Amino acid sequence: MRPFTYERATSVADALRRTAGASREGERTAYLAGGTNLIDHLRLGIRETDRLIDVSHLDLTEVTELEEGGLRIGALARNADVAAHPLVRRTFPVVSAAMLAGASGQLRNMATMGGNLLQRTRCVYFQDLSTPCNKRDPGSGCSAIEGLGTYNALIGTSDSCVAVHPSDLCVALAALDVTVVVEGPLGERRIDFADLHRLPGDRPERDTTLERSELITAIEIAGPGFARRSRYRKLRERASYAFATVSVAAALEVRDGQVADVRIGLGGVSHKPHRALRAEEVLRGGPATHEAYAAAIAVEMEQARPGPDNGYKVTQLRRAVPAVLSALTEETA
Amino acid sequence: MNITVKVDGTSYTDEVEPRTLLVYYLRETLGKTGTVVGCDTSNCGACTVLLDGRSVKSCNVLAVQADGHEVTTIEGLADGETLTPVQEAFRECHALQCGFCTPGMIMQATDLLATNPSPTEDEVRVGMEGNLCRCTGYHNIVKAVLQASGQPASSGGEQA
Repeated sequence: MRPFTYERATSVADALRRTAGASREGERTAYLAGGTNLIDHLRLGIRETDRLIDVSHLDLTEVTELEEGGLRIGALARNADVAAHPLVRRTFPVVSAAMLAGASGQLRNMATMGGNLLQRTRCVYFQDLSTPCNKRDPGSGCSAIEGLGTYNALIGTSDSCVAVHPSDLCVALAALDVTVVVEGPLGERRIDFADLHRLPGDRPERDTTLERSELITAIEIAGPGFARRSRYRKLRERASYAFATVSVAAALEVRDGQVADVRIGLGGVSHKPHRALRAEEVLRGGPATHEAYAAAIAVEMEQARPGPDNGYKVTQLRRAVPAVLSALTEETA
Repeated sequence: MNITVKVDGTSYTDEVEPRTLLVYYLRETLGKTGTVVGCDTSNCGACTVLLDGRSVKSCNVLAVQADGHEVTTIEGLADGETLTPVQEAFRECHALQCGFCTPGMIMQATDLLATNPSPTEDEVRVGMEGNLCRCTGYHNIVKAVLQASGQPASSGGEQA
């Protein structure tokens, strides 16, 4: 690991000040929260920094209720604590389930909510320093496009990058009404979750729309109330301890056999957590049947551009999405 | 940077480089070699220790992150010759072959039973998913964790 200095921020403002100061000196900085992803990357040489600014001691760990059943979760709340939190489990079971489907007990004890949003792709080439990767080394090329394509994205890829976002939690958040609260040099900024992560385009080194030095302080989840009936299903190559090939987060409200409302988040398909808006649109107001669910995901998958190795993901989604929605329908009945 | 860490009941103050991983601080500075380095990249769980009572992978934590906190390693579990129920169960169920993963397995099982004192077999398997064993097929490890929880271990026996 390349050497770096370590310092502890005493407040959010202090953290921002330290980053701004370093920037003026031409020094690279990284915020340290749980560090579960960052420390591996520093070790592997995927990332280097001059100054590590530890923000983990800041008082941003609370889970509080918002009006109308929403929740505000501090950015430094540990994944294990949030997944086990009674309010989270009762109000947004899909959030708890998605978090428990990710990583391992040890990592969830350290990893934070804000850090989970910022975890980087597990694309094998991104993690292999001996191969070109535009995300790790801009302009060097993408090894995944012509290489092993099994885990590549289906939707929103570019000529520069075909990596997928690795988070389970973010798939659940994509299906809900989530605002990411961020502090930066100009004060607080509130970002719709859908606008936090970005598609690769010709700047795949940028995972998110966060500006330099901005710090996530909280995640706010507003309704919908029907998310009390929600599920997460993760498909992977073995039954545990692996990243998803694809995953599905869904919430469903059925009234009189009709889909009153529905939310679908998909993981493993894109550079950002993917909300299946086209499928949702097809389903709203229509019959709450397995056939309708299958037809809806087929419409969503019309935009998929699989390569020779990852077409199986389309098949997986065309089975998993109707299965999850049907299970939720039975739960409602 | 100077750090003060309580490890297995004893307080230590040492100068460490910020990039020092907790596992190397434990092994090389404190000589606590009971905690082993397996994969070195937060996969295998062999280096699991408790940080303020909760399991973490010590190859994935900087020593400076443990400053002001309490660490329990495999060496701090037994009270003299008296093993903890988890250690005793691992011995009785022969929950190891080469033994390399065992310190991490025991630490993770300790964390698991602290949060879920009566897990089902499934919950044991899921709860131990961050610890890899290349010898046993996990069969006797699952039995040991169930036995340590005071439940009949037979339920852990059929599923290889």
